[in-house]
Amino acid sequence: MSTLSSPAQTRPGPMVNAVDATVTVTGLTRRFANGPAVLDGLDLHIAPGEFVALLGRSGSGKSTLLRMLSGLDPVTEGSVHRPDDVAVVFQESRLLPWRRVWQNVVLGQKKDDSVRARAEAVLQEVGLAHRSEAWPLTLSGGEAQRAALARALVREPDLLMLDEPFAALDALSRLRMQRLVAGLWQRHRCAVLLVTHDVDEAVLLADRAVVLESGRIRTDLAIPLDRPRRHTDPQFEQFRQTLLDALGVHDD
Amino acid sequence: MLKASQPTGIHTHGLSTDVLSGLLSRHGRLPRWRDIVRYVSPLALVALWQGSCSVGILSTHLVASPAQIVTTAWSLMRDGTLEANLGISLLRAVSGLSIALLVGMVLALISGLSRIGEDIVDAPLQIMRTLPVLALVPLFILWFGIGETPKVLLVALGATFPVYLNFHKGIRTVDPKLLEMAQTLGLSRGQTVRDVVLPAALPDLLVGVRYAVGVAWLMLVVAEQINAESGIGHMMMDAEDFLRTDIILVGLMVYGLLGLLSDNLVRGLETWLLAWRPLSPRRGENA
Repeated sequence: MSTLSSPAQTRPGPMVNAVDATVTVTGLTRRFANGPAVLDGLDLHIAPGEFVALLGRSGSGKSTLLRMLSGLDPVTEGSVHRPDDVAVVFQESRLLPWRRVWQNVVLGQKKDDSVRARAEAVLQEVGLAHRSEAWPLTLSGGEAQRAALARALVREPDLLMLDEPFAALDALSRLRMQRLVAGLWQRHRCAVLLVTHDVDEAVLLADRAVVLESGRIRTDLAIPLDRPRRHTDPQFEQFRQTLLDALGVHDD
Repeated sequence: MLKASQPTGIHTHGLSTDVLSGLLSRHGRLPRWRDIVRYVSPLALVALWQGSCSVGILSTHLVASPAQIVTTAWSLMRDGTLEANLGISLLRAVSGLSIALLVGMVLALISGLSRIGEDIVDAPLQIMRTLPVLALVPLFILWFGIGETPKVLLVALGATFPVYLNFHKGIRTVDPKLLEMAQTLGLSRGQTVRDVVLPAALPDLLVGVRYAVGVAWLMLVVAEQINAESGIGHMMMDAEDFLRTDIILVGLMVYGLLGLLSDNLVRGLETWLLAWRPLSPRRGENA
C-alpha cells in the first residue's frame, strides 16, 4: 500500500472505518489557480473486490479524482491511500503504435521466458489472441480497448481504474466490452473504479454508484442486484431512475 | 538547412507522387499510357538538345551534346577517373554525414530530454543555424587548411542542423497521453525514453536524415570546387580549365544520381523502420 498525501498534512491517520479498504480517500481537495475547488474535501472508500461506478456531469471532478488516484497528479490537500498495484484503462487505448499487441500488453513487465505466454494468455481472455502479432494501428476501436484491458489485467492489479473506457466505441462494441469487463471482474475480483457518463453502464456493472457534483459526493447508491443483470428488470429501471435524478436528468 | 526551414516542400511532393502512383496502379490500363506521356516531354527536350548540337546551333564549348556526354561518361568509367573521384566524394559525404548524425542526435537527446540541456544546447544551435554555413568556407580553410578535414567538417556542419532540429522536435512532441500511460504502467525514466520517446521521435529523425543527405551533397559540391585535388567537384573544376563541358555535365549527372539514390536509401530505411504504420504509402506523412 502506498499513501499519497500532502506534505502539510495535519489530519491524523486516514484510517476511519476502513482499515480493510483497498482505497481510502480522505478530505481530498484540488483547485486550479485559485479557482473554485474541483475536488472539495472528498471522502471515498472502496472495499477489496468492490466494483464502484463514478458518475457525474462534465467538470464534476471525476477525471481529476482518477488522475490523483492513479498518481498522475500530485495530492496537495487531503490524502489518498491506495494499493501499489493499480492499472488504468483510458478512454483511448494508448497503445504504443511501434510495439506489437502482445508487446504492448507486457510493456514494462520483466522480460523472462514466460512473458510471451502471459501476454498470450491474457489476450486469449479478452478474445484477442488472434491479433497478438498485429500492429496496434491496424486494430479496430473495440480491439484496441480490449488490448488496453489486457495490458491492465496482466499486471494483476488490486485496483483497476477505467476512465470512460467504452465512451468512444460504437454501441455494439460497447455492449460486448461491458460483458467482457463484467466477466473479467468476476474472475479476477480486483477492486474496480469505473468512471462513466452512462447510467445504464453503472447499473449494469457496479456494486455501488457514486455521483459527484462540484467535487463532492452527492449520492452514494448501493446496487445490490443479482448478476447477470438485465435492462428489463424493474429494479434495474428503478436504480437507473434514481441515478438519473441524482444527475439532474428528469423524464418530464 | 535551407530546406529544413520549409519542410512542407518535400512533403507535398512525396505525397502527390504516392497518390499518383496509387491511382495509376488501380486503373489497369492507365499506367502505360500515363508513363509514356510523362516521358515524352523530357525525351523531346533531350532530342532537341542533341539536334541543336548536331546542326551547330549550340556550341559544344558551352554545352556538350547528350551523345558526347554518354561517350565521355563511358571513357571516364573505363580509365578509372570517375571511379576514383566518386570514391573520394562518397567517402567525404559518408564521413561528414556520420559525424552529423552522431553530433546532431547526441545534441538533440541532450536538449530534448532535459530542461537544462535545452537551455544550454538549443539557443546557440538556433542562432548558428541561421548562419549560411557556406560563408564559413574561408574560415574553415584558414583553420583546417585545404586537406580532407575542412571538406568533411563542412558537410558535417551543414548536415548536423536538420538532424538536430527534426529529432529535437520529435522528442519534444511525443504524445503526452503515451507518457502518462508509461507513468501509470510504472515504467522507469530509462524505459520510457527507450520504449516511448525514442520510437515516437524516429519518424522525425528520419525526416531530418533525409534533409541532411540533401544538404550533405550541396556542401560537398561547394567544398570540392574549392581547393580540392580529387572528387567529382574537382573533376568538374578541372574540366572547366579545358573547356570540357562534357565532363562537367557528367559530374552534374553523377551528383544528381547520388542525390536520388541516397534519398531512396533513406526512404527504404523509413519503410523498414516504420513498418508499424498501417499504410506504408503514407510514409511521407510527417515529412
